[in-house]
Amino acid sequence: MLELRHRGGCPGPGGAVAPPPREGEAAGGDHETESTSDKETDIDDRYGDLDSRTDSDIPEIPPSSDRTPEILKKALSGLSSRWKNWWIRGILTLTMISLFFLIIYMGSFMLMLLVLGIQVKCFHEIITIGYRVYRSYDLPWFRTLSWYFLLCVNYFFYGETVADYFATFVQREEQLQFLIRYHRFISFALYLAGFCMFVLSLVKKHYRLQFYMFAWTHVTLLITVTQSHLVIQNLFEGMIWFLVPISSVICNDITAYLFGFFFGRTPLIKLSPKKTWEGFIGGFFSTVVFGFIAAYVLSKYQYFVCPVEYRSDVNSFVTECEPSELFRLQSYSLPPFLKAVLRRETVSLYPFQIHSIALSTFASLIGPFGGFFASGFKRAFKIKDFANTIPGHGGIMDRFDCQYLMATFVHVYITSFIRGPNPSKVLQQLLVLQPEQQLNIYKTLKSHLIEKGILQPTLKV
Amino acid sequence: MTELRQRTAREPDGPPEDKESESEAKVDGETASDSESRAEASPPLIPADDTPEVLNRAFSSLSSRWKNWWVRGILTLAMIAFFFVIIYLGPLVLMIIVMCVQIKCFHEIITIGYNVYHSYDLPWFRTLSWYFLLCVNYFFYGETVTDYFFTLVQREEPLRILSKYHRFISFTLYLTGFCMFVLSLVKKHYRLQFYMFGWTHVTLLIVVTQSHLVIHNLFEGMIWFIVPISCVICNDIMAYMFGFFFGRTPLIKLSPKKTWEGFIGGFFATVVFGLLLSYVMSGYRCFVCPVEYNNDTNSFTVDCEPSDLFRLQEYVIPGVIQSIIGWKIVRMYPFQIHSIALSTFASLIGPFGGFFASGFKRAFKIKDFANTIPGHGGIMDRFDCQYLMATFVNVYIASFIRGPNPSKLIQQFLTLRPDQQLHIFNTLKSHLTDKGMLTAAAEDE
Repeated sequence: MLELRHRGGCPGPGGAVAPPPREGEAAGGDHETESTSDKETDIDDRYGDLDSRTDSDIPEIPPSSDRTPEILKKALSGLSSRWKNWWIRGILTLTMISLFFLIIYMGSFMLMLLVLGIQVKCFHEIITIGYRVYRSYDLPWFRTLSWYFLLCVNYFFYGETVADYFATFVQREEQLQFLIRYHRFISFALYLAGFCMFVLSLVKKHYRLQFYMFAWTHVTLLITVTQSHLVIQNLFEGMIWFLVPISSVICNDITAYLFGFFFGRTPLIKLSPKKTWEGFIGGFFSTVVFGFIAAYVLSKYQYFVCPVEYRSDVNSFVTECEPSELFRLQSYSLPPFLKAVLRRETVSLYPFQIHSIALSTFASLIGPFGGFFASGFKRAFKIKDFANTIPGHGGIMDRFDCQYLMATFVHVYITSFIRGPNPSKVLQQLLVLQPEQQLNIYKTLKSHLIEKGILQPTLKV
Repeated sequence: MTELRQRTAREPDGPPEDKESESEAKVDGETASDSESRAEASPPLIPADDTPEVLNRAFSSLSSRWKNWWVRGILTLAMIAFFFVIIYLGPLVLMIIVMCVQIKCFHEIITIGYNVYHSYDLPWFRTLSWYFLLCVNYFFYGETVTDYFFTLVQREEPLRILSKYHRFISFTLYLTGFCMFVLSLVKKHYRLQFYMFGWTHVTLLIVVTQSHLVIHNLFEGMIWFIVPISCVICNDIMAYMFGFFFGRTPLIKLSPKKTWEGFIGGFFATVVFGLLLSYVMSGYRCFVCPVEYNNDTNSFTVDCEPSDLFRLQEYVIPGVIQSIIGWKIVRMYPFQIHSIALSTFASLIGPFGGFFASGFKRAFKIKDFANTIPGHGGIMDRFDCQYLMATFVNVYIASFIRGPNPSKLIQQFLTLRPDQQLHIFNTLKSHLTDKGMLTAAAEDE
C-alpha cells in the first residue's frame, strides 16, 4: 500500500503513471513492498506494469559505452564528428567484408564455425536484452538454463543434419555412432532435464518473470538456432548457395543506403524513418543485377558449386564433382523485345542465374521486413542497438537482421525446386530396414529401373 | 487517475483487496483475475458456474463439497466414455478429435495472453494468430500426413501440387503473415504487439507440434496412441486416489495438493495398469497395425501381419522373482516391456508438465485455463500432463522401434537422378547379396 500511495503521488508524463526514477526504484521497489500484506501480488504487478503500460512509459535502457578502438579515434581525431562516424562505419564495413572473403578462402569448415560463432553471439545478445527488459539478471539458474537449452537444441540439429555429411567420419568412432544414432532421444532427455530444472527452480515471487524468460529463451532459440542450421545446410549444398544470398542481402543494404542517400525523398515506413522508396526500388534493381553477375562469376568454379563432402581418406572437406546442369552454360533464346535491344539471338547463361534472380528479389523485397521487424523490436524495448560489439554498427544482430528470413527462404527454395533428397541419406535409411523390407524395395526398384530403361534386364552374369 | 482513487476508496474485504492493490498504476486495465473480480461481485476467484442445470438440480440436496466431487466424477466418466466411443469410430475420427483439441487449446492459451496483456483490441492480432495457426498446421500436414495419404494425393492434381510444394507454399503464407505483422505495428503499442507475437509463437510451438506428433504416433498403430494417453490419465487418477487416502508429505510447493505418497503410489499403479492394458490390446489387430489408407476402399484400414513386438514370446523370469511367483517362464508381448518405459515416463516426468501448468496459472493469476468442462476447467487443464508424453512417445518410436518408412523411401528414390538411382540400386544389391538374401537364381525373377 505504501508503494501504491507513492506511485499515486507522482503522476508521470502524459497522464500515465510512470515516475522517472523507475530504474533506480527497481531494487528499492522490492523493499518498499515487503511490508505490504500480499507481497507476491505487488512484486508481480511490477511485471504487470511491464505488460500493460504503453511504450511511452517505459524508460530507456541507457546505451552502453563507446567501444571504438583508440587507434581509429586518434586517426580520425582531425575530422568533424559527422564525417568521423561515416569513416568509422566505412572502415568497419570494409573490415567485415575482407574478413568474409578470408574465411571463404579458408574453406567450408571455417565457414561453418563462423556461422556457429555468430549464432552463439546473436543468442547471447538477445538473451541479454531479455534480462535487461525484465531486470532478471539475478534469477536463480536462468543464465545456466538458457545456455543449456542452446546446447541441447544445437546437439539435436547437428544430429539431424550435419551428421549425415560426416557419415564416414562417424562410422569409425563407436561413441560418436551411438551419439548420432540416438541423438533424438539423448537430446530430448537432456532437454527434459532442463525443463524439470526449470520447474523445480520456480521461485514463489518470480513466477511470471521466470515464465517470461523461459518463453524468451525459446523464441530466441527458434529464431537463431534454426536459421543458423538452415544456413549450414545450404552451405553443404554448395558454397554458392551460401554466398549469393548473403551477398545479395548485404548488397541490398548498401545500395539501398546509397540510393537513399543521393536520391531519397519519400519515406517508406514509419518504423524506419530513414528508409525511402527511392532507396528501396533502387536497391532492388541493383541487387538483382549484382546477384546476376555474382552468380555468373561464381558458377564457373567447382569450389563454389559442388556440394561439400567429407572424405575420410583425406580427412577434410572437399568440393569436387561434376557440376550439375544448373551450373553448365546453356543457350537461351531471347524474347523479341530484348532481341531488339541487345541485337543478339541467344544468350549463354547458367540456369543458376535465373534462380539468382528469385533469390535477389526475395532479398530486396522481403529481406527489409526482417530489418523492420528488428527496428520495431528495438523501439518496443527502447534500445538503440542490440549490443556494442562492432563500433559504429552495433551488435552482431544489427548486421544480421535482414538475413533472418533469407536463410529459411533459400532452404525452402532448394528443397522445393532444386534438390531432390540426399542420395547417401536414402541409402543409409535403406540399409537400416529389415531384410524382408529391403528385398521388397529391391524388387520394386529393379522393375522401376528396367521400365525406365536405366537398367538392362540382365542375362545370367 | 480517477480510476486509481476510486479503487483505493472502495475497500472491500478479504481477497478482492489484493486485486485492488495491484492495480494502482494500470491505466489500461487489469490482470485476468482482476477482470474476473470486477465481473462478479463475490466470490471473485471462482469463475462462472457452467454446470448444466440437470446436474445442478440432481445434486441440489447434497452439500457443496460432495456436489463438487460428484460433478467431477460424472464428468470424468463422461470423458472416458467419450474416449472409448471415439476409439471405436476409428482413426480418422481420432485424428479429427486431436485437431479439435489442438484448436481449442490454442484458443485457450491465446485468450489468456489477451487477458494478460489487455490487448484484445489490438488491430489484426486475432486474425493473425489464427492465420499463423493455419499456416503451421498446413506445413505439418504436408510433412507428415500426406505420406500416408500418398495414393489419394497423387490422383488429384491440385492436392498433388499442394503436397509437393507444401514447404514453399506454407512458408510464403507465413511470410505474408509476418509482413502483415510488421505493417500493423502501431506506434504506442510496439511492445505489446511483440509480446503477443512471441506468445503466439510459443503457443504454436507447444500445441501444434505436439498434436502432430500425436497424429504421427497414431498412424504408427493405435496402441501407440491409446496406451500413453491412458497411462497419463491413470496416473492422474491413481495419484489422486493414493493422495486422498494416504497422502501426508507434500511433494512440491507449486502444487500443494500433491503428495509423495500419491506420486509413488501412482507410479506403481500406472506401471501395472500399463502392463495389463498392453497385454489386452496387443491381441487385437485393429490396435496393433499401422494405419494405412486403402485407395480401393477409400478409407483407413488396419490390417496387417503383427510385427515381432506384438507376438507372444517367452521370457525366463530372473531367479529372484521366480521364488516369489513360483513360475519359471512367463509369456509376454515384447511391447509390454516398452509399455513399462512409457508408463514410467508418464508417472515420473508427466507430472512436471502439470507443475509447469500450475506455475503458469500462478504466474498469470488464473485458476483454470478456461471453463469448458464443468468441474475440471478448460481443455488445457486436462491435457497439461500430456504435453511431454506425445513428444516422448514419438522420440521413443523413432529411436528404438521403427525404422524409416519404406514407402517414403521409395518415393524419395523415385525423385533422384538416374545415375544416383543406379548407384543406390547397385549398393543395395551388393548388400543383399552379402547378406545372402539374394541369390543368383532369385535374380532372374
